Amino acid sequence: MSALRYVYALCRPFSAPLQHPLTGVGGAPARQVEHHGLVAVVSQVPEEDFAEEPLKAHLEDLDWLTATARAHQKVIDALSGVTTPLPLRLATVFRDDSGVRVMIEERKDDLRRALDRVEGRVEWGVKVYIDDRETDTAESDSPAGKATSGRDYLRQRRTRTMAHEEMWEKVEEFARRLHGTLSSHAEESRLHAPQNSVLSRASGRNVLNAAYLVARSSSEEFVELVGRTGDDTPGIRVELTGPWAAYSFTGLMEGET
Amino acid sequence: MTVVERREVALVDLLDRLLAGGVVITGDITLRIADVDLVRIDLNALISSVNAHVPSPWPETSRL
Repeated sequence: MSALRYVYALCRPFSAPLQHPLTGVGGAPARQVEHHGLVAVVSQVPEEDFAEEPLKAHLEDLDWLTATARAHQKVIDALSGVTTPLPLRLATVFRDDSGVRVMIEERKDDLRRALDRVEGRVEWGVKVYIDDRETDTAESDSPAGKATSGRDYLRQRRTRTMAHEEMWEKVEEFARRLHGTLSSHAEESRLHAPQNSVLSRASGRNVLNAAYLVARSSSEEFVELVGRTGDDTPGIRVELTGPWAAYSFTGLMEGET
Repeated sequence: MTVVERREVALVDLLDRLLAGGVVITGDITLRIADVDLVRIDLNALISSVNAHVPSPWPETSRL
């Protein structure tokens, strides 16, 4: 079995000691490959799992995906304690150390720029949910009882639809306002697609799924701001996650200049 | 309104970042993981395989 190199992050050389032993995907020890003043944090992974075909199959296996994503995050977390890592997308794999060095050689200017952009900054995730149960309650609050005629039925249905739409409008307006406020207190922001509740197992429907890039030094203020920006509308839930490494702000897509 | 702060990192938040964020570098192994659409499809297949009895609507666009 031959081993490939899984790359977790790029960072600048750091002197602070890492948590020992730092292990990555599959429990393999993570180590550094330094080249041109940049450090790639890598570990060995088996080719039978990470070659193209097996990887494709694995990506549809929730347990495998979970274990791999958690292992990746664990390495990024440990690095975040000692430096500001530039996290790579899941499953970035090279044949050997020399492949990693070639990549650094080719992308070093982009990588340095991206590292400068995230230096000393973290990412906060903010999600807004509309609680479906609350809208259901609002619906049942509307004139209750059985429709006595077709016209009653239509009227009741219209009232329910209006209550539902009003709630949606309120939540969207709230989310738009919150995103505006938070964006103005962040260096950058990014909208992710709303999350599927089947996968997230969260109650309610996700209407805003945003990420904000904030200086470490301003983070306390930012977190307080999230807590303060609420209103009293029942049925709206705001969820804060972080601090994350700046995953959503690496700004380096293949082919971008 | 309530603000919830989660202690444990939820898988779905992690996947948002690891599949749609992070530096995209084409490694030596030619993977199409950089292609978010493919990843979406994979996740859809995954969701429907895990929850065969539950319809899995994947929101395509942000409502904002």
